[in-house]
Amino acid sequence: MNKRFRLAAAVSAVALAVAACGEAPDEDGDGTATGDSTGGSADFTACMVSDQGGINDKSFNETSYNGLVLAQEEGIIPEPKFAESQTDADYGPNVDAMVQDDCGLIVTVGFLLADATSEAAEANPDENFAIVDFQYADETGAPIAIDNVKPLVFNTQEAAFLAGYASAAYSKTGIVGTWGGAKIPTVTIFMDGFYDGVQYFNEQKGGDVQVLGWDKATQEGQFVGDFANTGLARQISDNLISQGADVLHPVAGPLAESAAIAAQAAGDVTVVWADSDGFESAPDYGPVILTSVLKGMDQAVLAATQEAADDAFTNEPYVGTLENGGVGIAPFHDFDGEVSQETKDELAQIQEQIISGELVVESDAAFS
Amino acid sequence: MTDTKPPAEAPEPAASEEEPPPPRQETVFQRFMRELTGGSILVTILSVLLALVIGAVLIAASDPDVQDRADYFFTRPGDTLSAAWNAISDAYGALFTGSIIDVNEYTLGRALRPLAETATNAAPLIAAGLGVALAFRAGLFNIGAEGQIILGAILAGYVGFGWHLPTGLHLIVGVLAGIVGGALWAGIVGVLKARTGAHEVIVTIMLNYVARFLIAYLLTTAAFQRPGASNPVSPIVDGSAQLPRFFDDSRLHLGFVLVILAAFGVWWLLERSTMGFEFRAVGANPNAARTAGMSVGHTYIWVMVLAGGLSGLAGVMQVLGTERYLTAGISAGIGFDAITVALLGRASPWGTVAAGLLFGALRAGGVPMQASTGTPIDIIVVIQSLIVLFIAAPPLVRAIFRVPVRSAGQPVAGLQRGWGA
Repeated sequence: MNKRFRLAAAVSAVALAVAACGEAPDEDGDGTATGDSTGGSADFTACMVSDQGGINDKSFNETSYNGLVLAQEEGIIPEPKFAESQTDADYGPNVDAMVQDDCGLIVTVGFLLADATSEAAEANPDENFAIVDFQYADETGAPIAIDNVKPLVFNTQEAAFLAGYASAAYSKTGIVGTWGGAKIPTVTIFMDGFYDGVQYFNEQKGGDVQVLGWDKATQEGQFVGDFANTGLARQISDNLISQGADVLHPVAGPLAESAAIAAQAAGDVTVVWADSDGFESAPDYGPVILTSVLKGMDQAVLAATQEAADDAFTNEPYVGTLENGGVGIAPFHDFDGEVSQETKDELAQIQEQIISGELVVESDAAFS
Repeated sequence: MTDTKPPAEAPEPAASEEEPPPPRQETVFQRFMRELTGGSILVTILSVLLALVIGAVLIAASDPDVQDRADYFFTRPGDTLSAAWNAISDAYGALFTGSIIDVNEYTLGRALRPLAETATNAAPLIAAGLGVALAFRAGLFNIGAEGQIILGAILAGYVGFGWHLPTGLHLIVGVLAGIVGGALWAGIVGVLKARTGAHEVIVTIMLNYVARFLIAYLLTTAAFQRPGASNPVSPIVDGSAQLPRFFDDSRLHLGFVLVILAAFGVWWLLERSTMGFEFRAVGANPNAARTAGMSVGHTYIWVMVLAGGLSGLAGVMQVLGTERYLTAGISAGIGFDAITVALLGRASPWGTVAAGLLFGALRAGGVPMQASTGTPIDIIVVIQSLIVLFIAAPPLVRAIFRVPVRSAGQPVAGLQRGWGA
């Protein structure tokens, strides 16, 4: 044991030394230019404060942060700054730290940061903010505007409606299931749309496809309770599968992987991914992903950054819809052959109807 | 757990050379307490320094500039070293200006704001840390501070936004409600331990989960949600129930004064009162305490009630002082950091205050460190964990710094002081 350990240590030491033998760049190259991301005062910078998911959560925070990365690639901003929140107590201090750092635009992610954002916005009227997935409301639920905060919100139910219709058309058992991470509006809005999409299919085609895990009328359903408990997520997925569901729509950020693993283990079960195109963002599970409900948080953040950089910041909410491409459904990828042309035509038609306003997908969590 | 055996039956002649075998057989807990309360302040300080040094190495290793330059370390080592020095000095500089004093600010209020932020972060850590330390002294591992904080926050928060009482009274009722919430939650553990012998570690951990799910559930009910919204966030507590803030520029609130009073109270309780003497006697040896006529069961119940009350006070500070509304994450891991704080403070009240201030500074300084230098915030957690590791392994630190060994076999320091007083 000991000998082997020594050998390993020696090998890694040699490897390190070899790796460190690269050639030095010219002295006057970029050798001294460190930390220019803090930038000259003329440069417009954008910063982000994430919630506890962190900016590499393969979901909500990461997609939002990608908007700033896109903005950097397009040369709108230098390297974006970010602060990850570890606990609920970090939101206020993190937002304040960004205010101190002279960011041109501060993007905060999620409803948990709403109070920290509004407090900082009121204390710093010259600073611009954008908040992903939240709109301030008064006691009756009517939206209220804050002068220097731009809400970036999404009528995800429109896209989820299409996914629900497609799932109902695809399902062989006549049973589809959905579950959420936590019972919050940004999650239930997916489930509402998915549920209604299935009902619309039943109505149009005289089908009897059942939805497990969510009842839109009572607003009751299956939830893990957080976005971290992979064991419970797997258990809920397995339960739905054993009840006959062959399409699962998990709305739980990183927990969606648990549903994909359950689907792989069961065979013949597919998953409708949420937020990003799972076929690309989680390629390991590509073979079980029927389609994805897309929520273009990156595009919304990019647009808000562009607006602020052009000195054209407004507090007008950005509402992602099917019409403006802020939400949508992903291609069927591997399942393209298994979804009939008839269904695809109907989906295109429904999309038209939703865009034209002929068909309205309702949800308590929708934005106007 | 049975009676102590005569020394003849404990055949441990070859224990170790510098440490003669203890005069009587100790339980694991008694030995732990002896190590904990008997350690020198020097070891504590050296542990903190060592953790900061290792943290510096990690900061340098995780810095992209340093990584780039390390590729040609042998061609021009100065580059790597200067980049490492920059990364470390930037990060620790930001940690310092974020937690002690910011000399780049123009107004005194803004310059001293970091210190106030440190105190704001420290207050709930100290309160919950006192709760853990108090239980330690009575021989109980209170791992349940997290749940007790949540219950304290639920009750204090509900009084804060649900009831509308006159100014003055509202704050007092809110604070008391929070303390009672934590005390009752921990009291359950005390009763179970006293009546059925259930182990407090298991029960407190389980009650943490119950509390977590309880607050998550309550925040889905109309009584706890903001009118007009369905996110799991409570209304903001009434102005009359908020702990008043001292300065315009910072969040430092009255809670910090309360916690210093609480530390004084715990010190008085442990060192000057009959009840505290019983706590320490039960902690040192429950069998002897029972033989001496003390009710061990009663002691367990009371110590848990008081410990829970202190953790409840931490919850009060979160919901009525710092955050001013309830979320499912209101406890913010304070209950777990509190265990560390109590260990670092050697389970003594003033040690806990000092340790809480250190951890409050790390929490406060970590924020600007991450925001302005891009150093991963996780470094702070690593530093905190390393401190505990070194505290828990005093022989290691003694060996590294060649600190001479203290005379071994010394009884629990706190107890000795108690007899002398």
